[in-house]
Amino acid sequence: MNLYDYIFYLFALLTVVSALVVVTSKNIVHAAFSLMFTLFGISGLYVLLGADFIAVVQIIVYIGGILILLLFGVMLTNKITNVEIKTGTIKTIPMAIITGVFGALLISIMYGTKWSSAPPDNMPSTLQILGNTLLTEYVLIFELLGMLLLVALIGAASIARRGRE
Amino acid sequence: MAEITLINLSILILFLPLIGFAVLLFFGKKFPKLYMFEVGIISLTFILTLVVLYAKLFMFPHNEIMYSFTWIDFGNTPIVGDLKIELGIEINNITVLMLFVVNLISMLVHIFSIAYMKGDKRYNRYFAYLGIFTFSMLGIVITHNLLMMYIFWELVGLSSYLLIGFWYEKKSASDAAKKAFLVNRVGDIGMFLGILILFTHYKTFTFDTIFYQISNGNLPFDSSAWLTAAGILIFMGAVGKSAQFPLHVWLPDAMEGPTPVSALIHAATMVAAGVYLCVKIFVLLTADAMLTIAIFGAVTSFVAATIAITQNDIKKVLAYSTVSQLGYMVMSVGIGAYAFAFFHLVTHAFFKACMFLGSGSVIHAMHHEQDIRQMGGLKKKLPITYITFLISTLAISGVPLTSGFLSKDGILAGTWAFGNLTGHYLIPILGFTVALLTAFYMFRLVILTFHGEPRNQEKFDHAHESPAVMKAPLIILSVLSIFVFYTPNPISPDAGWFLGDWVKTPTTVTPEETRFDFMIEHGESHGDSHGEIVHSTKYTEEMHHVHYPALGLSLLLAGLGILFAFILYQWRKIDPDKITDKIKPLYNFSLNKWYVDEAYDKTAIGGTLSFSRFMSWFDATIVDGIVNWSAYITQGFSYLSGLFDKFVVDGLVNFWAFFSGVIGFSFKKLQTGRVQTYIVLVVFSIVVLFFIF
Amino acid sequence: MLEVGLNHFLIISAILFSLGIYGIVSRKNAIMVLMGVELLLNASNINFVAFARYGNLGIDGQIYALFVIILAAAEAAIALAIVLNIYKTFSNVNIDEIDNLKE
Repeated sequence: MNLYDYIFYLFALLTVVSALVVVTSKNIVHAAFSLMFTLFGISGLYVLLGADFIAVVQIIVYIGGILILLLFGVMLTNKITNVEIKTGTIKTIPMAIITGVFGALLISIMYGTKWSSAPPDNMPSTLQILGNTLLTEYVLIFELLGMLLLVALIGAASIARRGRE
Repeated sequence: MAEITLINLSILILFLPLIGFAVLLFFGKKFPKLYMFEVGIISLTFILTLVVLYAKLFMFPHNEIMYSFTWIDFGNTPIVGDLKIELGIEINNITVLMLFVVNLISMLVHIFSIAYMKGDKRYNRYFAYLGIFTFSMLGIVITHNLLMMYIFWELVGLSSYLLIGFWYEKKSASDAAKKAFLVNRVGDIGMFLGILILFTHYKTFTFDTIFYQISNGNLPFDSSAWLTAAGILIFMGAVGKSAQFPLHVWLPDAMEGPTPVSALIHAATMVAAGVYLCVKIFVLLTADAMLTIAIFGAVTSFVAATIAITQNDIKKVLAYSTVSQLGYMVMSVGIGAYAFAFFHLVTHAFFKACMFLGSGSVIHAMHHEQDIRQMGGLKKKLPITYITFLISTLAISGVPLTSGFLSKDGILAGTWAFGNLTGHYLIPILGFTVALLTAFYMFRLVILTFHGEPRNQEKFDHAHESPAVMKAPLIILSVLSIFVFYTPNPISPDAGWFLGDWVKTPTTVTPEETRFDFMIEHGESHGDSHGEIVHSTKYTEEMHHVHYPALGLSLLLAGLGILFAFILYQWRKIDPDKITDKIKPLYNFSLNKWYVDEAYDKTAIGGTLSFSRFMSWFDATIVDGIVNWSAYITQGFSYLSGLFDKFVVDGLVNFWAFFSGVIGFSFKKLQTGRVQTYIVLVVFSIVVLFFIF
Repeated sequence: MLEVGLNHFLIISAILFSLGIYGIVSRKNAIMVLMGVELLLNASNINFVAFARYGNLGIDGQIYALFVIILAAAEAAIALAIVLNIYKTFSNVNIDEIDNLKE
């Protein structure tokens, strides 16, 4: 147990507990805020895994973008002034059992498999390698994803506007 | 001009008439003026042909230009081995000359038909047929293999059938078309078998490959007898198409078609295809095959000439004269006078087309009267037609200064030389007799038609000279019957450009022991059988030797024939009726065309009919009996099987339908329409599957 | 056991994945379902990055993770647009009441 391990357990705890709150909380706004902590915890895990760039992108895109988007969705689809912001659930107990079994299964598989695990070396910054690879080997996919984002932007605007006229 | 340009042009020439055919066939009914498109296309084809002719004769006079591609590659087939079918074209001097002849006459006939066929209700259809005929004929000419040759061979048969039966409302026309088709079929079967003999052994249809193999001593099934058989069988195709005895009967009947068609197909081009085929396969003919061919040709020319003497229909006379001249050409191939056979083919094509078109002009003027006994004195009314017809008649009779004199004289000298060298004197005797008869009956025709007093005053008064589009082709064709186009020397064609430079006899590739003695090369190399063209010296010497006697004799005979014709019909010194009375049986024999048709009626047709009757009886009683009997049995079985179906099969089917209905109802509840339920089910199944495996 | 290795990250990922599925199947609100989906994507991302670190995946793992984030952004935008549309049509976003797929 060194410092690395302590930090890992801290972030792991943060992630799992807040994720649990996300899926169980009745209040949808609480759920959304818990999701923020989950995402932040995951970002911390990325840092521990030496993926500094991914961690930063996680914070910027997920917390700064997607979460805000979700909150907008919450605000636009619930009449805040007169209805409490709560959501119902369906058949919680059987669902919990099934997903519990499923999760146990996943964990058992992960333990059962012999991963070819290379020992962790010292962790250099991945930024430069990432940039190089992205603009050489993966440049076509990179361009395509740019195109995809553009299409998603236009598509989202178009879908959201439909029905207004 | 590169060779590839030449090839492309040739392919263009081949397919242009087909385009004309297709366009006229599909749009002819809507646009009555569309026939001008076909005429235009043929004229364009002719111009391209001129280009090709010039390029081939003056730029590549000695190479053969070949182009071929693999049509079907069967790969390594069982039993047969490697099998590939190639298509392609071959352009040599003979090919381009033939292209020129076909396209020129085709173009002139198109032009002639504009006026001749005016007012016909299927005017555009007629030009469409001319288009497909030209296409198929060109295909025969430029192909480099036997397969395409056979395909186009059948196609000309088809177009000939369509054109003979063009006025199919007339019973005689549709009958004649059927007859032509069926008689040709007899010859084509032989040709087909011959091709198969060669193909089975050599695994190729290409002429050059086959010739090369033979020249290397590789005979079909290792026997020269098979080679002879192949040659004679392929020649049978020519017997049918070129109307050789005994399959000549279709050609006179084919005169039921429009007269320009007779000029194009049944005088100049299609019937010459048989001779062209013989010329193509000349090098693989053995001595036996050649002798057979020569005898066929000689007999044909003699039989046809004797029949032509007594015929009264202007087109029938010309038809028999065509058969007779084709016999000459075939005989010429048979005696080894290869170059003269082709030479006569070309010259004959021009003057015979001219005669047929001339007769068309006469028939047109006489309002479709074809009997020469109703004509007479027409030279005052139809001066241009008369002069052109006379020039062609002089040519066919072999009068000096004409093209016919040169080619015919060459063939006659060839037969004489052949007789001297082999002892088969029957052939020259028949040949010279036919020369006499030809001059006689042709001048009989001219005198009865154009000279003397009109015998049918009413029709004579209405006769009128044809329009310019009909006169122009006549003039062009008659001009081409003059010697200067072929050689500068009006006595002997040997030194001229046609025989001296363009057409040379190729060395035969058959083994030496199967050739005629005089065709064996002595001394220097004969292994080089391709490209290098060497005529056997012995034969050439003999031909030179007998050239002048033969020339004198043929002139004498032609003069005699013409004289007789004038004595009998012009000056009436002897009444021809008296002579016919004296030799009544012979006259009738000739008038009734040697009773060949009647003989076929009695034997082949009668036999076929009675055989058909027998087969019909067999069908009606025995085959039908079996069929009915089996029908009863089937009915019984069907009844039983119907019961089985009704209770057992239907019962099973209903049971399954009921069963699946029950299952469907019970599983219906799973379909909630909620995506979440489906996801749960997916997760659940994953878990279950994991535990199973 | 307590020494942190590949398996620890994989377990975290598995737990997150199960929670995500639980969120998807048990919530009525469409936006809550979307949050579950985000959890699933993040769980897979942790796997990618963990294998990039410990396995043979190398830098490619991180690039895939990056692509997944981009796709998640696009997906969230489109999905929320759809949710807004559903809200306009049905006046609520409870997906158990939206079972038109049944017919």
